[in-house]
Amino acid sequence: MNNSKKNAGQKTTLRRIFRYVGRYRGYLFLSLFLGVLTVLLTLYIPKLTGRSVDYMIGKGKVDFYGVRGIIVKIIVCAAITGAGQWLMTLCNNKMTFDVVRDIRNDAFEKIEKLPLSFIDAHPYGDIESRVIADADQFADGLLMGFTQLFSGVVTIVGTLCFMLSVNAKITLAVVAITPVSFFVAGFISKRTYSMFRKQSAIRGEQTGLINEMVEGQRVVKAYNQRAHVIAEFDEINDRLTDTTLKAVFFSSITNPATRFVNSLVYTSVGIVGAFSVINGSLTVGQLTAFLSYANQYTKPFNEISGVVTELQNALACAARVFELIDTPAQIPDAADAAAPDTFRGEVVLDRVNFSYTENAPLIENLSLLAKPGQKIAIVGPTGCGKTTLINLLMRFYDVRGGSISVDGTDIRKITRNSLRGGYGMVLQDTWLKSGTIRENITMGNPAVSEEEMIRIAKTCHIHSFVMKLPKGYDTPVSDNGEDFSQGQKQLLCIARVMMCHPSMLILDEATSSIDTRTELKIQEAFNLMMEGHTSFIVAHRLSTIRSADVILVMKDGHIIEQGTHRELMAAKGFYYDLYQSQFLGQAI
Amino acid sequence: MKSLLVYLRNYRKESILAPLFKMLEATFELLVPLVMAAVIDTGIQNHDRHYIISMCLVLVLLGVVGLAASITAQYFAAKAATGFAGALRHALFDKIQSLTFSQMDLFGTDTLITRLTSDVNQVQNGVNLFLRLFLRSPFVVLGAMVMAFTVDAHAALLFVITIPVLSAVIFGIMLATMPLYKKVQANLDQIMNGTRENLTGVRVIRAFRKEADETRHFQENNRILAASQKFAGRISGLMNPLTYVIINLSTCALIYVGALRINTGILQAGQVVALLNYMSQILVELIKLANLIIQITKAAACGDRIAAVLAVQPDMKDGGAELNTDGDPAPAVVFKNVSLSYQGSTGHALEHISFEVSQGQTVGIIGGTGSGKSSLVNLIPRFYDVTEGEVDVFGQDVRNVNAVSLRNHIGIVLQKAELFKGSIEDNLRWGDADAGKQDFRQALEISQAKEYVDKKPGGIRYMLEQNGRNLSGGQRQRLTIARALMKKPDILILDDSASALDFATDAKLRLAIRKMSHSMTTFIVSQRAASVQYADLILVLDDGKLVGKGSHKELLQSNEVYQEIYYSQFPKEAVNE
Repeated sequence: MNNSKKNAGQKTTLRRIFRYVGRYRGYLFLSLFLGVLTVLLTLYIPKLTGRSVDYMIGKGKVDFYGVRGIIVKIIVCAAITGAGQWLMTLCNNKMTFDVVRDIRNDAFEKIEKLPLSFIDAHPYGDIESRVIADADQFADGLLMGFTQLFSGVVTIVGTLCFMLSVNAKITLAVVAITPVSFFVAGFISKRTYSMFRKQSAIRGEQTGLINEMVEGQRVVKAYNQRAHVIAEFDEINDRLTDTTLKAVFFSSITNPATRFVNSLVYTSVGIVGAFSVINGSLTVGQLTAFLSYANQYTKPFNEISGVVTELQNALACAARVFELIDTPAQIPDAADAAAPDTFRGEVVLDRVNFSYTENAPLIENLSLLAKPGQKIAIVGPTGCGKTTLINLLMRFYDVRGGSISVDGTDIRKITRNSLRGGYGMVLQDTWLKSGTIRENITMGNPAVSEEEMIRIAKTCHIHSFVMKLPKGYDTPVSDNGEDFSQGQKQLLCIARVMMCHPSMLILDEATSSIDTRTELKIQEAFNLMMEGHTSFIVAHRLSTIRSADVILVMKDGHIIEQGTHRELMAAKGFYYDLYQSQFLGQAI
Repeated sequence: MKSLLVYLRNYRKESILAPLFKMLEATFELLVPLVMAAVIDTGIQNHDRHYIISMCLVLVLLGVVGLAASITAQYFAAKAATGFAGALRHALFDKIQSLTFSQMDLFGTDTLITRLTSDVNQVQNGVNLFLRLFLRSPFVVLGAMVMAFTVDAHAALLFVITIPVLSAVIFGIMLATMPLYKKVQANLDQIMNGTRENLTGVRVIRAFRKEADETRHFQENNRILAASQKFAGRISGLMNPLTYVIINLSTCALIYVGALRINTGILQAGQVVALLNYMSQILVELIKLANLIIQITKAAACGDRIAAVLAVQPDMKDGGAELNTDGDPAPAVVFKNVSLSYQGSTGHALEHISFEVSQGQTVGIIGGTGSGKSSLVNLIPRFYDVTEGEVDVFGQDVRNVNAVSLRNHIGIVLQKAELFKGSIEDNLRWGDADAGKQDFRQALEISQAKEYVDKKPGGIRYMLEQNGRNLSGGQRQRLTIARALMKKPDILILDDSASALDFATDAKLRLAIRKMSHSMTTFIVSQRAASVQYADLILVLDDGKLVGKGSHKELLQSNEVYQEIYYSQFPKEAVNE
């Protein structure tokens, strides 16, 4: 049952692969044709060589005419084979790499359309490895499949035919011994598999310890724990060394063992062949040809057994990529969706319900009116739903009940492009793209003039530090800006938003890592820019939000208090307690 | 790479025996064509069935002995390689644990982890392959030629020509493709980074409506990748056809020469067959050798990276003296005109800083991001050495005291809360290996961690995952503080280590520390004015300079930077309310 399901899955995966390969059909057929041709010619050459030996019957009896003819034939065959092999490689490369490129393009296009709920619920590494590592493995497997599996099968069949065409008895001897080779290889690989698994388990354990103890090396030092930590490391290290020795040794027996089986095949051909020559049913040249077939014959078997596991792996990898491509995309914009360029900024939440998972309600029955030009602040303990609210405003997630509207239109009736263009957003989690600082801060408005860019940069307190960098605004940002401090990154993100003059603004802990002196100055700049525009501010630093027109105090998905700072202080409720707690230090 | 060979020292016997047994196996393999030639030229020629059977028994015997030799060789090679890797890992881990803070900064943890894991593995594989094949392959190639000479010197000249030509083609193509594959890898990294960026930055990209741009960008990089893969494949795809043609041309020449020699009666048919066999052996082994060289070069590069870490010498000289804190009236910490600049950076992190802290005092250190607060406290346990000036702890220059003794008296809680896999108890024992129940309770109570630890299943026996990731940020911070308290240190340093705590918990923590019985000198680094405001001494840092020192009252009256910081957090009107 389970097996048949797996088979059905493999079949659909295979069909999908063929659809991708179908675009390069011509190359596929050419490659298959060349595969057969080159293998047959390759197999023909030992036969020719053998025949040439038969022309050298002995002293003074060599048939030079025959030998010359053979030599010419061998050269022609070799030349055609060489050219054919190269052409075939070109076809295979073209097919494989273009197919993988197409699959990757499709996968990436899907990533850009995935609902946020999917991306948030899956580790980045998992999605990334589907696009990169799995696609790569698939490419390797596909290439190997084309080059080795097909030619291996043709070689085996061809060799058998050639051998049969020369002598049936010896062929039987060869075929009889071959399974021994499989048996030996299978026996060894079964045993080594469990050893390698054990090895990788211990290696994982050690890598875990290494990660911790190298990252935490400073703590190890501060607590004088070096000896203790090294003892712990050595215990795992000794186990690892031991297991690795076993795994490496046993797996390295495979080659000598199969080589030994090959030599048995070779010897049997020798005995049976030599006796046949004496009987007169075989010539010395034919025996020569047989000996080289015997040498070649077992090789494709070993290769194919490797290729089959490789191919199965490749199929599994392809299935994982396809799974990503098949993930449902976000709900497309409605056909009649509006696409205004600017917004007045009246945002209304009407009895909104939302939860990330079906039966864990997070936001319930939340209503809110933000008038154009108002500054709305949202405070509350961790997990109260502040960030979720932003996810809903930006339509990263859709509400489950109720509605959100901007300027009187339900946001589900506005294109995402237009809605998001209306907002400027700065998140706590600073993200910079790789590229120059200029590319980053002008991301939302590439057309901004140099003077304007510098003016805004100065407002955001980044100009002076950017100018100290070796290439100023053209300094590349690498690894999400790891060379910058968290505060500097936040300032860059703020500058990025300030360049676009949005109709509405969302700040989610946008200044949490900026020291309070600078933050005050940034706030003034924001106030100036957002004059007459609506803004939403999430912060846990109460000094950040005190001047808001409306402060929403959220707890467990509900708004429990609402009002200005003064009103809320006078009410002596939750906000009051929260606010007073920061003065506790003074009481102690 | 050469410097790593000392770690093979304990496996000298294995390292010599492995290649020797491999060569033994190769010798037996080289004998096979000669035996077959005898079968043809003597056995068949004389219709001697008995001879043929005995020769074939010799072949089987050669196979068995070869198998035994080969397995022995594999064992010795595996033993030497894995033992070598184990010793190397130990040495490298030990070295990394001994690096000073500035050396750690210079390397960075990521690369050290790579060197300790995948680089060591690569070197292990390299050593293993080297021992197994590096002698064998050239031996077979040369051996085949020598054997050819024993059959017929005239025909063997063909080998002398073929081997260098084949080698040139094989190594030429490999050398040509190596940089191409590096390029492919770089292009692959490019699209990998692009993918990751689009996942980590999905909100920003969508908020800025960059989906179409990003897709275009990805497709362009993807196209470049595929093109580079195809180009590299085109060049490396020449290898098989070219070598195939060359070896067949040589075979043809051999056939012709063989025909001539047989015609003159110098050679027999079986001998020509043996020569043809030797010719085909050359190709296989040369390709193996070329692959081997690539592997070894890679392993050598990894080896060099490991050697670079092992070669690092400590850049701090440990003082000999023990730190003496008992009954000494000396001030706990004195900074005398201290300046610090980090290795590899030109600017000063700290400039001309002087202050004095008496035993039992609480010191608050405040300033904006990058003002040098952490740099300052890191000098007390001598994590870095001053560039100028002097730091004294209990009257002794930290450079004259041995580091273990110094750090035994100091409990420092770093900004990043680092915990380790194991129980909460195991983690806390880092502070005091012989701690009793009472000690754990006290440390957890003071650090405000007791409440949540008690709620965990098993209490202090609760198992933490790697890096303590099954705790929240605030919980981790409290546990690292508890760990420092377990030491019962004379000097406690909290480097912005309450940033994830809410104001109320932060205040309770400070109160509890203040109430501790024995006289502990405490440093509190923070961005929060509330956290430092009641310290006996407040140090105000700005851009690496000490711009203010005094009590809250004094500073609020006279110090402009302190005023700005304070009023940005507690606006005048709010304070007056």
